[in-house]
Amino acid sequence: MAAATAHEALVGGTVGRRPAGRASFLGTVRSEFTKIRSVRSTYWTLLALVVACIGIGALFSWGQTQRLQSFRSGARLDGQKIGPGAAAHIAAQIHSSAASISLFGLLIGQLIIIVLGALAITSEYSTGMIRTSLSVMPRRGTLFAAKGLVFGLVALVTGIVTSFLAFFAGQAILSSQHVSTTLGNPGVLRTVIGGGLFLAVCGLLSFGIGAMLRHTAGVIAAGIGLMFVLWILSQFLPSPPSGWFGQADIDKWIPFNAGSSIWENQANGLHPFSPWIGFAVFCAYAVAAIVGGLVIFLRRDA
Amino acid sequence: MIEAQGLTKRYGDTLAVDHLSFAVEPGRITGFLGPNGAGKTTTMRLILGLDRPTSGTVTVNGKHFSQLAWPMREVGALLDAKAVHGGRSAYNHLLCVAQTNSLPKRRIGEVLELVGLTEVAKKRSKGFSLGMGQRLGIAAALLGDPQILMFDEPVNGLDPEGILWIRNLMKALAAEGRTVFVSSHLMSEMENTADHLIVIGRGRLISNCTTAEFIAANSQQEVQVRTPQPEELARLASAAGATVRDEAGDRLVLLGLTAAQVGDLAFENRIRLHELAPAHASLEQAFMELTAPSVEFHSGLPDPVERESAHAGEVA
Repeated sequence: MAAATAHEALVGGTVGRRPAGRASFLGTVRSEFTKIRSVRSTYWTLLALVVACIGIGALFSWGQTQRLQSFRSGARLDGQKIGPGAAAHIAAQIHSSAASISLFGLLIGQLIIIVLGALAITSEYSTGMIRTSLSVMPRRGTLFAAKGLVFGLVALVTGIVTSFLAFFAGQAILSSQHVSTTLGNPGVLRTVIGGGLFLAVCGLLSFGIGAMLRHTAGVIAAGIGLMFVLWILSQFLPSPPSGWFGQADIDKWIPFNAGSSIWENQANGLHPFSPWIGFAVFCAYAVAAIVGGLVIFLRRDA
Repeated sequence: MIEAQGLTKRYGDTLAVDHLSFAVEPGRITGFLGPNGAGKTTTMRLILGLDRPTSGTVTVNGKHFSQLAWPMREVGALLDAKAVHGGRSAYNHLLCVAQTNSLPKRRIGEVLELVGLTEVAKKRSKGFSLGMGQRLGIAAALLGDPQILMFDEPVNGLDPEGILWIRNLMKALAAEGRTVFVSSHLMSEMENTADHLIVIGRGRLISNCTTAEFIAANSQQEVQVRTPQPEELARLASAAGATVRDEAGDRLVLLGLTAAQVGDLAFENRIRLHELAPAHASLEQAFMELTAPSVEFHSGLPDPVERESAHAGEVA
């Protein structure tokens, strides 16, 4: 009889003596790590991230080699023969931004990590798991911090690995035209690590919005709007009247522009922020989203 | 021990819980009874700190739930079978729950065995039946071997075997001296399980007493008779102070007189009786009448009491 079994197991259970202290942050971190590694959606999303970043970066790198090759073979443009000087100029251009070219896939990768960041918190609400989570760890700040930390670490490790893989794949392709770069060249290591940092912070930004909105689709829409649509709009909006301030003064504050200044090439002059300052601005946006998310997580009924 | 003091929760214009004060004592099953929408789930959410009370307080062992050092070692709760991520296996669900309170891994195997889910431990809970989901929720509640257990409508949607299992489990838990607090909207279920009853309607406390006291106070003697002269007997019985509860063909249900009194009345007035039987009005009916003014949504159908009793009969 079930009840009889119940009786024995409950009494003779191996829960052990009640330890001193209280349920720790570390335990909740372990729990959150179990959560993130025990659902398939994590693996699919991470795989999509890696494939998109490497694939699109490789494709873009290949496109650059094709362009350079046509210049080198002396193809005609508007009936004029291209001189060897023009080809050399293009080659130098590609070589100087070789790292950024191989990271071109991050443009799509950021959208995927936004989905993962959103799911890390909204899936608790959409499945109802949040009721269980909070009734075993009612200290909400602890739960939020553990969740953010675990997701942040997963996003950071995946982001850095992805960034390096995309870099090496892109350089392998660019080397066919002898325009690849190496990690030893100035700014290259910063660019590649920066690519990983950028992805991680994108994810955390989305995590913060997730805690505020609690609704997967809403968070993804907001995240894409913030990172992608705002950036596209900045490319098309008319410049402000001259004499006020430059277009670049507005553009540099757009989240994507600020955040990508760490991994996009600085030589082309598109980013008035220096790499780390731009990235710091981007981090500030993410911190704002996370603080907003935390306040709502602490206060609103679950 | 769970103690609520003037507990109130308002959602916009709706007063879900209205100045509720009660105590849930250890060593017995306390039934938390009320019609749907009475505020039972909200009260349980307030106990667990999922919702913040508008006013009033509720404590568990003298502390606010979030201040308990090891929440799972003190309280185990099953709010609903759907509070899991369906993509996670039963084992991993219990693992991530156990880790928050640093409970040993081997305890997971024990509770899986206890609720009979060992064979499906590696399966994703998405494919679980309602009964299996309920068992998984109970397994999670039992992980910390807590002194206080809270179950919200645990038998809802279960088959008779599942109902019996949960009933026996709750009895075993209470017999070990634990506090068991279980909600239901079915009097018939609580009648068989609970030692003590807290009845609420529209968020307000209606009754707080032992189940025996509740039955004594609310069950009334009924007499069922069959006679070829029902109108005449009904008239005489009414004159003698009885209430005619039901009249259909040659059948009468009388309230307020004993079977002997009805028999004597018929004999003195030369009314032939074909059947005379005493019966207890169902507690379900007493409960329905008690909470009727507080039911939030009245159905438009003619006889809700009859329907509810029939339904309750099935479940019991």
